[in-house]
Amino acid sequence: MTIATLTSQPSGARRLAFDGPLTIYDAEAIKAHLHAALQQTKGVPLELDLAAVTDIDLAGLQLLLLARRESLRLELPLRIIAASAAVREVIGFCHLGDFFGDTLAPDPEG
Amino acid sequence: MEEIIGVFIQEAREQLTAMEDALLRMEQGDGDAELLNAVFRAAHTIKGGSGVVDLHLIEGFTHTLENLLDRLRNGEVRYSGEMTTLLLRSCDHIRALLDMREHGRTGEDAQLAEAGRLLAEGLQAFYTSGEPAAAAPSPDAEAPPADDCWHVSVRFGRDVLKMGMDPLNFLRYLQELGEITHMVTLCDAMPETADFDAESCYLGFGIHLRSDTDKQAIEDVFAFCRDDCELHILPPGHTTADSQAAAPATAGPSSGRIAVPGGAAQPDITEAAASRPGQAGNNRGAEARLIRVQADKLDQLIDLVGELVIAGASANLLARQSRQGRLIEANAMISRLVEDIRDSALQLRMVQIGETLSRFNRVVRDTAHELGKEIDLVISGADTELDKSVVEKIGDPLMHLVRNAIDHGIESAEARRAAGKPARGRLELNAFHDSGSVIIEVIDDGGGIDIGRVRARAIERGLIQADHHLTEQEAVNLIFEAGFSTTESVSTLSGRGVGMDVVKRNIEALRGSVEVETWAGRGSRFTIRLPLTLAIIDGFLTTVAEASYVIPLNAVVECLELKAGDTRGHMLNLRGEVLPFIRLRELFKVDGPIPMRENVVVITAGGGKAGIVVDQLQGEFQTVIKPLGRLFRHVRGIGGSTILGSGEVALILDVQALTQLAVQREEASFSFTRLSFPSSIDTLESSHAPE
Repeated sequence: MTIATLTSQPSGARRLAFDGPLTIYDAEAIKAHLHAALQQTKGVPLELDLAAVTDIDLAGLQLLLLARRESLRLELPLRIIAASAAVREVIGFCHLGDFFGDTLAPDPEG
Repeated sequence: MEEIIGVFIQEAREQLTAMEDALLRMEQGDGDAELLNAVFRAAHTIKGGSGVVDLHLIEGFTHTLENLLDRLRNGEVRYSGEMTTLLLRSCDHIRALLDMREHGRTGEDAQLAEAGRLLAEGLQAFYTSGEPAAAAPSPDAEAPPADDCWHVSVRFGRDVLKMGMDPLNFLRYLQELGEITHMVTLCDAMPETADFDAESCYLGFGIHLRSDTDKQAIEDVFAFCRDDCELHILPPGHTTADSQAAAPATAGPSSGRIAVPGGAAQPDITEAAASRPGQAGNNRGAEARLIRVQADKLDQLIDLVGELVIAGASANLLARQSRQGRLIEANAMISRLVEDIRDSALQLRMVQIGETLSRFNRVVRDTAHELGKEIDLVISGADTELDKSVVEKIGDPLMHLVRNAIDHGIESAEARRAAGKPARGRLELNAFHDSGSVIIEVIDDGGGIDIGRVRARAIERGLIQADHHLTEQEAVNLIFEAGFSTTESVSTLSGRGVGMDVVKRNIEALRGSVEVETWAGRGSRFTIRLPLTLAIIDGFLTTVAEASYVIPLNAVVECLELKAGDTRGHMLNLRGEVLPFIRLRELFKVDGPIPMRENVVVITAGGGKAGIVVDQLQGEFQTVIKPLGRLFRHVRGIGGSTILGSGEVALILDVQALTQLAVQREEASFSFTRLSFPSSIDTLESSHAPE
């Protein structure tokens, strides 16, 4: 079961952290969390912490893309401040580095 | 190696047939671009195969052929009518080379070599001197430098995730085939958040894959979700415009930087892509569903099943005699299974007649050309199935009938116009099933058979006496008599010394029959009736005195008791209908007392109906047909023999002949003419006169 925690950062930004898999099994819940976070975050940047994401499939990737599109529409800064190896692998594989480019923090190891 | 060559030769012949078919259709004005592709593929397959089995003569010649076809396909050379003749002759040449190899010779003789050289020169002349066709520029002409990547564009079905598949895994698997040099994610189909179902898949991908694999292998990657995903694969070397065309047509307004601009797919380009590299794969798929089996293995199986049927009948009989209920039950079960095995085994031997019939496209074309006639061939019922051995043996008689129809039947264009008929003649080949037999008809719309000339010729040849009175049908049937030919001019086509009598004999050797109907000025119809199978039939067992006779069940209409009051001579009153009948007891001169009760089996064959009078009816019986020895070949009314469960021999009645006999006798008794009846009938009639 994926645990999502929404916290306020000292910088004023809101941070949504996922712990567990971002997959089809919890897709509805993840979508709801993302949607709620986007709706609640008014005027402040939203940070996604994906460092503890153990697994991500196409459903998960699709939700990240949806969140990204929604943030563009709402003109709300969205950043992925940390990503696990699994997330990086999928984003790299799909050549989506550019898409998340300025939002995705550089890989600490690479 | 010989075995591989054998397989190659057989396959090459099939390819040649396909090639001829396509060429003939092209000649008839079928403008389908796929036809040319089919011809090219056939040539290409033959060339490839011949290279593998080291038949370099064929490889070399086919290479020249393929060159021309390739240029035709690319539009560099324009297709013309005279090319067809040359291409068809090239098919013949390859066939001759195959025949040569099959007969164990590896080098061609001077004549064949010369023919091959001339043909090759002819083919080359078309593409070396041929000016490039302006109308159809080569698609490659303006293409930018070839790109070495496959372009794969895929949109997954909505429910792919719900079905437990992760499309990412398919994409990852693509890496096994080669290197993914580029990938774009298409998310334009994603709805607004409110309508977004997190468990549906809205994504598509455009992928550049650098690989030397074939299209089939790429398609196979998506095999699990192939049914509901939209997949377009373009081979390396296409233009950038194509790749946009290949992007799914549903692509809407581009979103962010990730969507590829969408455009309406150009079907011809994607189709071309599909037909080229994919072809090899498709062929493989078709082959995987078929197993080539030696024909004699199949025959052996049929033989064994035949023995099984006989042994089963024997066991059945013993079981019944033992009166043990459970044994009888078990045997009944076995009998039913044996019946099923019999049917499936026979089904294995069934082949469609289409291949045999479509051969005539070429025959009709060539023959008509030779005679300066214009003839359309119409084939129907190509999917009618019949026993392989029958199909093989019917080719020659059919060929003769077809040639005859073209040569003697259909008149020249001038004569046709003068007679107020369309200048183009029409020849029909129809095949269909009719009560347990297969009927093949050869119908022409020519002048019909001149009965007066037939009669005159028959008198001249001494086949009949000048004062013989013949019905029209009897006169027409004279064409099947040995040594009969009505044409004054012996052409190269007919008049080879092989007459209609050989046709008739060949067909009768297959337990079939041939009939002719003719209408003056309107044409003729030859009807060939063949048994479905030569091996095993459902029979109806009857006895006369001690002897057993089997009547093919599909010919049996009904059975009834013979009542003395209903008969008059050889006629029987069947509910007000006059039915001619034959007493087997008399026909086969069976001695012994006539039983109190006699039974009539009403049979139908060849449109006629007759009764066969026997002593007792025994019921249905699976009959394995054993041929009669040569000694009995001329016995009329018997088609074969079989072995009963008790080990006794039973004779199988030839219903066709018996019906004819009965009907003829009926007609004869009215007209009092006695024309060439077999002697058995004469004696039968005279012996029966007192009644």
